[in-house]
Amino acid sequence: MHHLPKSTVKAPTAGAFTFKFRFPSGWTITAIFIASLTLIPVTVVMCSLLTPEREIWSHLLQFQLPELISNTFWLVLGVGLGVVLLGVSLAWITAVCEFPGRRYFSWALLLPLAIPAYVTAFVAIGLLDFIGPIQTLAREWWGLTEFPPIRSRGGVIAVMTLALYPYVYLITRNAFSTQGRQALEVAQSLGLSPTVGFFRVALPMARPWIAGGAMLALMETLADFGTVAIFNYDTFTTAIYKAWFSLFSLQAASQLASILIVFVLVVLLAEQQTRTRMNYTQAGKHSVQARIHLSSTCAWMATGYCFAVLTLGFIVPVTQLLLWTLEIIGQDFDVRYFDFFWHSLILATFSALLAGSFSLLLSYSSRQRPGLALRIASRIATIGYALPGTVLAVGAFVPVAWLDNRLIAMGWIQTPLLQGSLMVMLTAYLIRFLAVAHSPIDSQMHRITRNVDEASRSLGISGSRLIARVHLPMLSGSLLTAATLVFVDVMKEMPITLMTRPFGWDTLAVRVFEMTAAGEWNRAALPAISLVLIGLVPVILLTRYRSR
Amino acid sequence: MLLELKHVSQSYNSRTVLRNLSFALDAGEIGCLLGPSGCGKTTVLRAIAGFEPITNGEIILNGQQVSSPGFTMPAEKRRIGMVFQDYALFPHLNVTANVGFGLHGQPRTQRNKRVDELLHTVGLEGSGLAYPHELSGGQQQRVALARALAPCPNLLLMDEPFSNLDVDLRERLSLEVRDILKQQGTTAIVVTHDQHEAFAMGDVIGVMQNGEIQQWDKAYNLYHVPANRFVADFVGQGVFLPGKVLNTNQVEIELGLLYCEIPGNRTLAERKGIKCKNTTVEVLLRPDDIVHDDASPLLALVEHKAFRGADILYTLRLPSGNRVLSLVPSHHVHAIGEQIGIRLEVDHVITFPVDS
Repeated sequence: MHHLPKSTVKAPTAGAFTFKFRFPSGWTITAIFIASLTLIPVTVVMCSLLTPEREIWSHLLQFQLPELISNTFWLVLGVGLGVVLLGVSLAWITAVCEFPGRRYFSWALLLPLAIPAYVTAFVAIGLLDFIGPIQTLAREWWGLTEFPPIRSRGGVIAVMTLALYPYVYLITRNAFSTQGRQALEVAQSLGLSPTVGFFRVALPMARPWIAGGAMLALMETLADFGTVAIFNYDTFTTAIYKAWFSLFSLQAASQLASILIVFVLVVLLAEQQTRTRMNYTQAGKHSVQARIHLSSTCAWMATGYCFAVLTLGFIVPVTQLLLWTLEIIGQDFDVRYFDFFWHSLILATFSALLAGSFSLLLSYSSRQRPGLALRIASRIATIGYALPGTVLAVGAFVPVAWLDNRLIAMGWIQTPLLQGSLMVMLTAYLIRFLAVAHSPIDSQMHRITRNVDEASRSLGISGSRLIARVHLPMLSGSLLTAATLVFVDVMKEMPITLMTRPFGWDTLAVRVFEMTAAGEWNRAALPAISLVLIGLVPVILLTRYRSR
Repeated sequence: MLLELKHVSQSYNSRTVLRNLSFALDAGEIGCLLGPSGCGKTTVLRAIAGFEPITNGEIILNGQQVSSPGFTMPAEKRRIGMVFQDYALFPHLNVTANVGFGLHGQPRTQRNKRVDELLHTVGLEGSGLAYPHELSGGQQQRVALARALAPCPNLLLMDEPFSNLDVDLRERLSLEVRDILKQQGTTAIVVTHDQHEAFAMGDVIGVMQNGEIQQWDKAYNLYHVPANRFVADFVGQGVFLPGKVLNTNQVEIELGLLYCEIPGNRTLAERKGIKCKNTTVEVLLRPDDIVHDDASPLLALVEHKAFRGADILYTLRLPSGNRVLSLVPSHHVHAIGEQIGIRLEVDHVITFPVDS
């Protein structure tokens, strides 16, 4: 960013000038405030790592930690490997090869993104459990009794892989389709066959993108609560939840959260590292793209492979959800359903507005006051996407409870006021999803160059009129995208909602959790299918954006 | 003949991209394909490289058929080097690894020797450990050339190799690359839309339009003896003036009589449709065909002028209203609106039948 040339500052556009002059650091203060929203919960949680309580720790070390750490380790390893294998192979064949149905699959393979992982999870269990239709049929028809248990480590890994591979697929496919084919051609002109070229050139070149996608998937894995809860697979998120609700121990929850956040920060650091590598690894631009024509056997195998993944990741879960929904729709589609829906809607709308305006403020501040302070503030404010909901719930609750107690001690209020309100929940949502809103807004903000401002000023438009007539119209598309993404994410959000909702504020996701906890798969299907339908919106946005 | 294209056609989704294309290149020769964008020149390159199948004709490399309808020898088997427009260097490899990439299967010492040799040739000694993003555009171009030359390819193909560089560098590098290719004895085809580049690089140049080669010739002939109106228009500057055929080697235009008796060149009589007397034709006049001469009785009005350093390009209006271009040494300064004397000095009379 450049400083404004002197002539522009001196120009008789009093509005902009005095505006800036009167509040020299207003933008900076705004940004620091937004960043502190994220920083406070993180610090609170980190602090409890520094102030360990011996009793809790000895209990944790003896009974929980070894299992939690080994469970988390295997889960991260398994899902990491799974999403990379699935995501990269699908990205490669759809980006570079030609086979029947390729155009269709290249966007359809993103559809599993619309289904929350916990929904795929309960569908899988409902289908494959001992009393599920598949085992029952197998017993009746063939007398098969031996099945690998679905509620196992392998089961969780498989389900999460199917739900999360689109992150790797999406990012890697972009990398392949911009450079994959050409990289292969160079390799071919130097005497390498396409297969060898894939491993020696295309794959190494796409490594930062693959790593970036995998890191996103791993963050989701570490943050996941719903899936592991359904599988009874104990990880840090479920342990935090249990400490909070079953043991009523805020301390134990904080201690666990502080360990989890260390893992998360490691992954976050790795992800930020891969991002900087993506910047300079841009190779070549779009060239003539001739696709590899596979032999007919290979081509049909590719079709079969894509179809199998799509079936397992999307078609089967959605079909099963629809079947279950049909079973119970007469009974469950009632006032209570509308209550859940209504709560979800209000929370999601509020959060979308909140996250949209805070991102706008943050991004605008960076534009008005470019510099180190703003860069650090934006970086901190947008790490929330990596923070698990369970951690945020703890981190947002502790300072609010403290504030409540202070207010009571000072005699301003009689009973806790803030901790039972929507404030904790909305703040936690805001922190978690600020980055989701920030990235489209910020990238659009970068397109409003200094020249746009100067051109407007030379035409006599400045100050608030500049914002209203130039900046906001230019940003409106990205604001809408941002709000939509946050809306959908809040709809699907489970742990923050479960842990911090005021009494009576049950949402669709809470309903899914309660019904699956009771093993009533078909009654969880109605809220779940509603979430899937809403989740389709950003996927459609994504495919439209990509096809442009 | 190292490379021969015989009646090559290619169509894609029922759209014809290449039509009945034939040309040949001797070992060590540099050929250029010149044409406006979308004329199919890159497709020719990709067909020769083996990235595109052909639907008709054949391509013969070193006496071996490499492409025919239904058969395309894989690109990696052809030993054809390629330099891409955006260089397509591997961003994850340093310069040494990029250049040595095609030398797989050779012992390390031999490979290192060849890489050093090439880095020396392209003037990049000492940059071996740099990564592509640390190099300037010109340096990246040299790395791409070195990488393509490393495995001693049968043939080197270059697709708009200098289009990403600024004008100064473009001219210098095109001459430099020509020297390198000649020194290595490499046969090459360069695709470009810039005629100066084609003139600087090519021993022979093919002018292409609509997927067809309009003329396959030396630069001199393209300029002075263009085969058709498209070539005359596309290569160099010039205007067409109406003329009347008096007999087989005399044409009259408003500036006077033109004689065409240069042996070894095509005479008017050879040209179709203008054998008969009194036919009207169009005569190509290059800016160097019109010479400024203060003593000449023929006067023309200065309408525009463009200063070019060594000379000035004047646009002149004749009494008839037709315009001609004239290249005049730059110390002959005349104002717009002035009448100046001109005379004809046409070495090659080129005529085309009038479009009807």
